[in-house]
Formats: sequence, C-alpha cells, structure tokens
Amino acid sequence: MIVQSVKMAWEAIASNKMRSFLTMLGIIIGVVSLVVMVSLVNGATGAVTSEITSLGNDMLSVSVSDDKGVPLRLEDIKTLAQDEAIAQAAPSSMMQAAAKHGYSDAFVSVYGTTPAYYDINGLILAKGRFLKTVDVDNASYVAVLSHEAAEKLFDEDNALGKNFTVSGRNFIVVGVLEESDSMLSSMMSGTAIYVPYTVESRMASQPYITSLCVSAASDTDEAEKAVKDFLLARFSQDDEAFSIINISSVSDAMSTVTDTLSLLLGGVAAISLLVGGIGIMNIMLVSVTERTKEIGIRKAIGAGTKSILMQFLIEAIMVSLIGCVIGLIASWGILELVSVIAETISFKMSLGVVALAVGFSSAIGLIFGLYPANKAAKKHPIEALRYGG
Amino acid sequence: MPKGKTVISMREITKVYNVGGEEVRALDGASLEICEGEFVSIIGPSGSGKSTLMNIMGCLDIADSGEYILDGQSIESYSEEELAKIRNKKIGFVFQNFNLLPRMTALGNVELPLIYQHIPAVQRKEKAKAALQKVGLLSRSEHKPLELSGGQQQRVAIARALATDPSILLADEPTGNLDSKTGEDIMRLFHELHRAGHTIVFITHNDDIAKQAQRCIRIMDGRVTEVSK
Repeated sequence: MIVQSVKMAWEAIASNKMRSFLTMLGIIIGVVSLVVMVSLVNGATGAVTSEITSLGNDMLSVSVSDDKGVPLRLEDIKTLAQDEAIAQAAPSSMMQAAAKHGYSDAFVSVYGTTPAYYDINGLILAKGRFLKTVDVDNASYVAVLSHEAAEKLFDEDNALGKNFTVSGRNFIVVGVLEESDSMLSSMMSGTAIYVPYTVESRMASQPYITSLCVSAASDTDEAEKAVKDFLLARFSQDDEAFSIINISSVSDAMSTVTDTLSLLLGGVAAISLLVGGIGIMNIMLVSVTERTKEIGIRKAIGAGTKSILMQFLIEAIMVSLIGCVIGLIASWGILELVSVIAETISFKMSLGVVALAVGFSSAIGLIFGLYPANKAAKKHPIEALRYGG
Repeated sequence: MPKGKTVISMREITKVYNVGGEEVRALDGASLEICEGEFVSIIGPSGSGKSTLMNIMGCLDIADSGEYILDGQSIESYSEEELAKIRNKKIGFVFQNFNLLPRMTALGNVELPLIYQHIPAVQRKEKAKAALQKVGLLSRSEHKPLELSGGQQQRVAIARALATDPSILLADEPTGNLDSKTGEDIMRLFHELHRAGHTIVFITHNDDIAKQAQRCIRIMDGRVTEVSK
C-alpha cells in the first residue's frame, strides 16, 4: 500500500512540476539556510578552536603584577615544576628590541627563557637546536630565531651559525624554528627570538621573573589550581598580585559562544523551514479542492478514508523531502564554494546537521500535510463525485 | 432463465433530505429485490429519487430507515471505511460521465480498484488486462482517457467496474453522454456481459433503453413500482 501511495504521490507531484517546485522552494530555502548557517558556524568554530589549541591547549600563562617583596626567581620556577599536576614550567620574560645584521635590521620580541619553553609552547625546530640548560647557566649569547625573524635578518637558508646584534650585544644563531601554519600563533610570536633567560634578564635589567608559562601534567584545571596555590602561598594570599590565563578555558568559553551562535542561527533557519511548511499546507489545500472529483472517484471504487489520507499525507511529506534533498545539494555546493573562497577554512556539512534537516523536513511535511490530507479523506463520496468538472 | 439467489433485497427504504429547512422524502418506503444474473433497469424522471436509490444500492449512502441486504450482508450503520470496503468488493460502478482519472492510462484506471484490494502488482496487471479484454480494449491499455473516444472511455470504465469481479454492476445513465450509435454499442456490451452471467442494474430516464432489460423497475416520487416487460 505504501509503495502504491508513494507512486500515486509521485505522479501527482510530477504532473504539475512548476507548482511542485515552487512549493518546495520554501523548504529548499529553509534547508539551505539551516545547513549553511550551522555549517559555517561549525567550520569557523573548528578553525578558531584549532588556532587557540595551536597556542598550547594545556598551557597556562602566568603574569605577576605585584611581587610583595618576594619576587620569583629561576629556582622558584624549578620548585613549581616539581608539583605533580605540572609537567613543565619556564619563564617567558619578553622585551622589545632592534636586531641588526649587516645592513638589515628588524624590530624583534626577545624572549628570555629556559629549554622547557620549547615543549610547553609546542615549538618546532626547522634546523639547529633550541636553548640548552648550559646556555642558561652560562648566560651564553646564543639565540633561536622564529622563521619570520630569520627571514628578516638573514637569507633564510643560511642563518645558522651567523652573528647578529641586539642592543649592541652580539648573538650567535643556534637554531631556527619552522614556519608556523597557524595564523594566530604566527601573529602572536611574530618576529620572535629566544635567548637564555639569564641573558634577557641582564639586558632588560629585570632580575626577577614576572611572567612564566606552565604546562599541565594531565588536567589543566588541576595545574591551574597548583599554580594558584603556589602563588597565593608566596604572595600572602593576595589573588590580585598575579593572573593566570588558562588557554583551554578560553577555548571552552569560545565553544560555548559558538554553540549558542549555531543554536540561534539554526533557530532562525528553522523558522524559515516552518514558513516553507505553511506553503506546503497552502498548496495541498488547493490541490485537495482541485482534486475533489478524483477523491470522489477513488472513494466510489473502494478507497477508504485511510487510503486517501495516506495518499495526500505521503504527497506532502514527499514534496518536503524532495525539497530537503535539493536543499542539501545546494548547501553542499555553497559550502564548497565558500571553502574555496575562504581558502584556509574548510566548511563541511556534518552528518548531524544533515540528519537534522531531513528530520525537520519530514516532520514539517507530516504536520502541515495532516490537515489537508484529513480534509481530503473526510470528503463525502457523493458530494465529491458531483463536484463540478 | 432460472432465478438465482437474491443479490439485492430492499425493504421499506426511506431517505429524507433537508433542503433549505424543508424535508424532501427522496425515497419513501421503496422495496425491491434483484436476483443473481438479472438484468434490471430502473427508470424514472429526474427528481424521482432514482439517484438516491442508486447511491444507497451502491453503498455510497445509508438509508435513514428500512432494511438493505446486499449479497447476504445487511448494510446498516457501517463506518465510512467499512462501506468503502464493501463498495470495493461487491459493487462495480459505471457512471454517466465515465469518471476516469485523466492522469492515468486505461490500464492504470482499471487497476485502481484492485490497488485498494492490496492485490500484488503482477496479479493486478493480469486481472486488469483480462477486464480490458472483455470490453475489447486491450490494444488501448496504454492510452490515457483523453486519447480515447467517449465510447472507448465508457468501455474502460466498464472494465474498471468488472476488474474486481463484483456481485453487481451498477450503471448510472451509462449511455447518457454518448451519441445514439455508441450508446447502442455500450448496450450491446451490457447484453454480452449479462449473457456471461453478470448481474446488472442500470438507471436511465430513456424508456427505449429501459425496455431492453429483462425487468424494468419504475420509480416515482420515491416509490417503486414494477413494470412487466
């Protein structure tokens, strides 16, 4: 029976293609806006989240604003790193300075740190080596350059082993980092050079550590608590004396925002689907009236109310689902196009949003088809047969 | 011809319509009996209640009072769904204006009542083709109604009525929309079907056509009188 109803519904839809298409248009637009909007938000979220994660998702960034006369030193960082919630800790003091090599010069951010910094920030070396403990202990004038810094100061290929000066001091390049493919992290590190903490601290005349980065052993929240406890104990329980930025909590907040955004946009799109459903109901009502005679004939030769109800209901659901499929295909095309234009971000339809669109469309076909179908089924056979035409 | 078992038995059937606040007794105590294999015509002027009689006989409507037994089954207070089933199995309708579905082919139209009997496709096609064969239109089975002449359309309608092998063929002015020559062809077909053993009841206001039947039932002001040949 279902197969027959589907066949009958298809014949009815195919017999008036233009009208069927116009009826579907509401659903098509609804599905496209639903799928495209949700997919765009999801794609953007994915991109932003991976940018944030590339900064080091298990990293805490700490800065001290008031040392209460008991400033942090390198030994304290080592003590902090002993805590079992914490994997590694490193100072990340930074100063701005001009670097020079021959006739080329660049304005660089000089980071004074220890070898642990490399792992905490997830840096990747292109060639050479990163800072070593001996460099820090001996306050050697060695430097590791970011890809951008190397490019500005040297011919990228042969920076290793060359000399350059920062604020009149001579450094030797021992390593060059790989080019970062993440937009955000390359923006943050920019033209960075990494030197031993002891060297930077002397150059900046800042003997104490005011900013540091910490990586968590497993859970960032536990690590954050450990750092906080350590600093509270140190700075006489004043939580205003320092601040901790937890990157993973930033990305958590970010995903909350984008979830809300996709819910909101999805809701708006759902309203347009609803409007499409009303369009279906409208046309189905017209169609039921137009086909009164057909309904009469079918009833006279033995179609029961259920068969008629089924026929019109399936027709409504079918219009809705065909519209949904067309909408999904259009959405796919739009998303491919946007991905090409956006280059770095790729937007994909998730299975979830496809299922949502299909489910929503069938529900709309069902709900808005029910009234016209019921009206058709309830027609009295004699009156329907007598209907003009 | 020996009388078969009774197919239709109506006793004191009354149907009252309310038209503009006024009671119209379309049928007023009508009684009649039709046996298996009979060829009966029902004749009456317009407004005599013959359409109402036909509707009740065809289970499209239910009498207000009285007893109607169709093929041994008492028709009373059935739901719309149940009446549809009875129509589907026991009645074959032939209408004045053919009432074919224009979007479907002749074969599709003949198949339609079988679809509502949930008969599998292969069997359905066979039965529908057999019915079209009976009315001599098998060669036109893939034509749509509008591609056929009036007489051919009526033949398709008759094939549709025959497809379910009903207890009774109920024809309402089957020749009313046809020219006289085509009308005669259709009547000849009815005679053939009668000879093949079908029970046929047809309604007309044309005396000449009515007289072709074995038995003629006259209806006037909602009352039934038998007319011998």
